Amino acid sequence: MIELKDVCKFYQVGEDRVRALDHACLHIYPHEFVSIIGPSGSGKSTLMNIIGCLDVADAGSYLLDGLPIEQYSENQLAQVRNHKIGFVFQSFNLIPKLSAEENVELPLIYQGVKRAERQQRVKEALRRVGLEKRAKHLPTELSGGQQQRVAIARAIVTNPKLILADEPTGALDSKTTQEIIDIFHDLHAQGNTIVLITHDNDVAKQASRSVHILDGRITEVKL
Amino acid sequence: MLSFKMALRSISANKMRAMLTMLGIIIGVMALVVLVSLVSGATTSVTDAVSDLGSSLISVTVSDDKGAPVTLETLEEWMDEEELGLIAPAATDSVTGKHEGEYDSVTVYGTTPAYYEVQDLQLSMGRWLKSTDLDNHSYVCVINETAAAELIGYTDCVGQTLSLDGVEFTVVGILSDDDDSLTAVFSSGSLVAYIPYTSLMRLSDSVTGEITSFYVAAAEGSALDVAEARMEALLLERFEEDEDAYSISSQDVLEDAMSSITSTLTILLGGIAGISLVVGGIGIMNIMLVTVTERTREIGIRKAIGASRGTILTQFLIEAVVLCMMGCCLGIFLSWAMLQAVNTVVASTGMAFGLNGGVVMIAVVFCFLIGVVFGLYPANKAAKMKPIDALHYGG
Repeated sequence: MIELKDVCKFYQVGEDRVRALDHACLHIYPHEFVSIIGPSGSGKSTLMNIIGCLDVADAGSYLLDGLPIEQYSENQLAQVRNHKIGFVFQSFNLIPKLSAEENVELPLIYQGVKRAERQQRVKEALRRVGLEKRAKHLPTELSGGQQQRVAIARAIVTNPKLILADEPTGALDSKTTQEIIDIFHDLHAQGNTIVLITHDNDVAKQASRSVHILDGRITEVKL
Repeated sequence: MLSFKMALRSISANKMRAMLTMLGIIIGVMALVVLVSLVSGATTSVTDAVSDLGSSLISVTVSDDKGAPVTLETLEEWMDEEELGLIAPAATDSVTGKHEGEYDSVTVYGTTPAYYEVQDLQLSMGRWLKSTDLDNHSYVCVINETAAAELIGYTDCVGQTLSLDGVEFTVVGILSDDDDSLTAVFSSGSLVAYIPYTSLMRLSDSVTGEITSFYVAAAEGSALDVAEARMEALLLERFEEDEDAYSISSQDVLEDAMSSITSTLTILLGGIAGISLVVGGIGIMNIMLVTVTERTREIGIRKAIGASRGTILTQFLIEAVVLCMMGCCLGIFLSWAMLQAVNTVVASTGMAFGLNGGVVMIAVVFCFLIGVVFGLYPANKAAKMKPIDALHYGG
């Protein structure tokens, strides 16, 4: 599913060249629920950007579902993100002007899905996260947990190969955190591949496999 | 359609700002539409007035007859041409008119009965010259009201005698001074007498049987330019294909001059108004740049979930164009309202100003282009953003 081989990423900070990822190798298989854990500054976000095709590596190779991502153009990457990846962010990243269902609909619009099918799939996605009653609400009218559930609905509406969650519970209290984690468990049970990035050991433990990242190097950990 | 709805929503999210931005376009469109409509409205009424001055006339001057002079008989022959109507010679001389001690300079025209109709003159009294007057070299004259008043003292002076350079002429008719005809405009206040062409030949040394100047009317139902072309062909034939031997002109020239003046005026005013539209477009560009910066995060989100460069570009471009076109529509509506107001004010003068369809089209097309041109840079800036940079913007 995901095959990272010797991936390096550098950042130029002033005169220093910071190595955010140092020959990182990672294999994730279909239907796995993997958590990536590491303290801030460890290269987590960089790894997530590369796995999520938001950024490309400076060296090494990355195969996502068999596609050689490092060779892709910007627009092709947009296509890959649209069809293969569902994002869940720490700060929800919903578009404030659009209602819950419109936010969920957006990736389908970009795919060019027909209106009738869009509405049906949006309804289904919102039902899966238990928010069908809040479809018409704007993000500002929803609680943090509800907003994150809208974001999850937006991530799953395209039936992506991979759900990529970056600190999805970072902005939530422990009770809502558990609710969100439960949703991820449900999605995993339904056969989705999930990669969850976090700095919280308790959250990381929920995954079936955990990977540790420190100073740009990846090590497998057993919890 | 969907992106159009999204654009409307983004615009309505900030109504005050959208309104102020549109104001530039609204003022530009109003300037363009109102000014050009006013000019074209005024042009219509001025052109009407000019063509009222009489324009169904061709005037011909012969400078070199090449041994084939034009005579009264030639004119008779030409009058038989299908395209040509009446033809009247007009020889002029200046003489001293005298009546019971009063004397003044009088312009004498030697002509034929046809002149009356060719020039569309109006008698106020008496009769016009007859062909018998011409055949008999009669000493009869038709004078204008000015001449009657100046020399004889009163205007109902038919039957009085008038001495022109010492030769006694009987006044047989009085012409009313027609303020509307072009000749009247140019000769107002002057003393004019019309006498038979043959009589003028005797009176004046400079006038002979060789006619050097005459007027041609188009045949009934025939256009002036058709008649002019035929006349030109006849003259070329007669004068050995020498275009310099004669000159031919019609009063259409005046209308042509008028319309070239007004079209220059239209282009000038339109150009000035166009500049204000461009300024409005810069306002649109400015606000779109602000919008793009404000919505950096939104752009990042959209890109993360799969919007391509083109999608983002189209979204912001449509927003700019919609903003422009809304301004354009409002501007056209306000222009219409303004012209209605002007119409009410100038109702008494008989002028009427309507929206000029052509300029409305131009305004719409121009606004669209401005939307595209000035929207392109901000939209491209949005489209070029890297998704990670945009996502992490402002937190």
